[in-house]
Order: sequence, then C-alpha cells, then structure tokens
Amino acid sequence: MSKFKKKTQVKQDIPTSSMPDVVFMLLFFFMVTTELRQTSIEVKQNIPKATQLRKLQRKSLVTNLYIGEPIKKDQYGTEPKIQANDVFIEPKDIVLWVNREKDKLSEAERDQLTVSLKVDKEAKRGLIADVETELRKANSRKLLYTTLEDDKKN
Amino acid sequence: MARSTPEIPNASMADIAFLLLTFFLVTTTIANDRGLSILLPPPPDPNAKQDEVKIQERNMFKIQVNSSDALLVEGEPMDDVSGLKDMIKAFVLNNGRDPNSSDNPEKAIVSYKTDRGTSHARFVQILDIIQAAYYDIYAERASVTNARFREAASDLSDPQNKEIYDRGREGIPMNISIAEPTKVGG
Repeated sequence: MSKFKKKTQVKQDIPTSSMPDVVFMLLFFFMVTTELRQTSIEVKQNIPKATQLRKLQRKSLVTNLYIGEPIKKDQYGTEPKIQANDVFIEPKDIVLWVNREKDKLSEAERDQLTVSLKVDKEAKRGLIADVETELRKANSRKLLYTTLEDDKKN
Repeated sequence: MARSTPEIPNASMADIAFLLLTFFLVTTTIANDRGLSILLPPPPDPNAKQDEVKIQERNMFKIQVNSSDALLVEGEPMDDVSGLKDMIKAFVLNNGRDPNSSDNPEKAIVSYKTDRGTSHARFVQILDIIQAAYYDIYAERASVTNARFREAASDLSDPQNKEIYDRGREGIPMNISIAEPTKVGG
C-alpha cells in the first residue's frame, strides 16, 4: 500500500508559465501574415496549380479580378461572372474599371498596374479572352494568372 | 518588516492572448500574389494596315487545345504532356540544325491557341509547361536553378538579380504567342 501511496505524491503538473509566450508567438505570426479583406468574394474560387510561379513585388500596384461561377446560383445563375471589387461587371466595363484603378495610383506608376486574374479552374477560356481583349484596349498589359504552387516536380 | 511587492495578476494573460489569437485565426487570409505572369500584346491599331505577317513554318511551334481540352502539338494529338517541355526546349535551341525546326531562338515562336470552350485549368497547365521550358533554358544559361532565376526575374532592382536575368535572357526572348481563341465549342 505504501508503495502506491508514494507514487501518487509525485507532482505531475505541466508547467504553464510559458504558455502566454507560446500563444503570443502564434498571435504575432497571424497578426503579421493577416490581411483584412475588404471585399467578399462572390464567385467560386478553385484556383489551378502551376509550377513556374512569379512573385509580384509591389502589392500596391496589383489589382484583382475574380472570375468564376457565382456562389449564389439562384440569384445570378450558373454562368461564370467577373467580379471587380464588390460588384459583378461585364467585359465591356473593364476599360472604365481599369481607368478607375489607375486613378488610385500616382502618375508615375500608372503604367505599371498589374491585373491579377483569379480564375476558377472551370471557367472557360472565352470569357477570359474577352477580358484580355478589353485589358489590351485599356492599355493595361501586365497580367498575372494567379495560381497555387504545385508541389510535385515536373 | 515584510513589504509585499506589487504584482500585476498574469493568470488571465493567456486567456486574453488566446482570444486575440482566435480573432486573427478566423479573419486571416494569407495573401496569394503569385502566379503565371504574361505581358499582353499592345492594343490593335485600327489605322495600321493589316499586313500579313509572314512567319516561316519552321519557326512556329504550334500548340492547340480544343473545347474538350484535347491537345494538338505540331498537328499531332498528344495525350501525355510530360514530353512537351523537352520538345519546346529542343525547338527553341535548334539553331538551324534540324531543317524542320527553328532557325534561331530569336525567331522561334511558340504559338498557343485555345478554344473559347477550353477550361482555365487546362490553359494554365499548358502555359505553365511552355514557361517552364523557357525558364529552364534561361536558368541553365545563367547557371542557377529554375526557382532562383524566377526569383531574380521578379525583382530586377537588385543588380545581382539583374545580372542573372540578363545573362539568362540575352538573345532568347520569350516568344509565346497566345492567339485569340477559336469559336468552335461553346
């Protein structure tokens, strides 16, 4: 009996004094990597994968266009749509939209605007080609097809 | 005389930190600004004469994808894309050796044509392979890895990066022509 008693008297506390430090470390990680999103994306975004990725250096020069099937199908149908900022736009509105985006930048940086196309895997090439034609008209020629990193070696 | 040292209670600090952590965990979206970068051609000039640009057949490497995502390379159907990258590399670096392949890298053009019904996933997959072929060539000439070359190309303000970039690209422009899609499928 005494043998067992001895065992129960061993202290088995996990030291918790360093817990705040660990949690703060995690907290800072998320605070630094986080980016509060101003717009909610209303289209399906299942981004394709690729290997030859290029990173954009100046985030202030990047503007996003989201293309994909609307999430609210009953309201907007199933045809892929283009979302710019918070609204759905048609390809013909792109020139206007690009000019507005350019106005946000300083004079010297206007021609460096890069359009990042975040396109759903299942979207068809036809719509994207229409967007590209309009971007050419708007003289915004820098384009990025946003993709995820493909881990497998090719 | 025993003087009690003033203390801030720190037992609840972990709780507060957890609360903040949870908030950031929920609201976080890790920014993704990476992808395949291309430069669109300048806008079509309505005043310019429609000159038929003559490009010799041998300097064109034709890749076509139809509306059901099937691939046609130089007129031949292709199911397995694993060999495509090496085909493009051989074509670009032919330098006139094979009379059916390109004259020199400067004249070599990879023509990529899709259909309006081609899916974006397929488009990106093939574009990725074409760019991989070019970046492999560049990286080899600059004697760096492919990933290092792309990193250098992303930030040309660094003189060392600029040097790698120029060494890789000199005399070999990335001639990828993405043609207006055909309207066969819908």
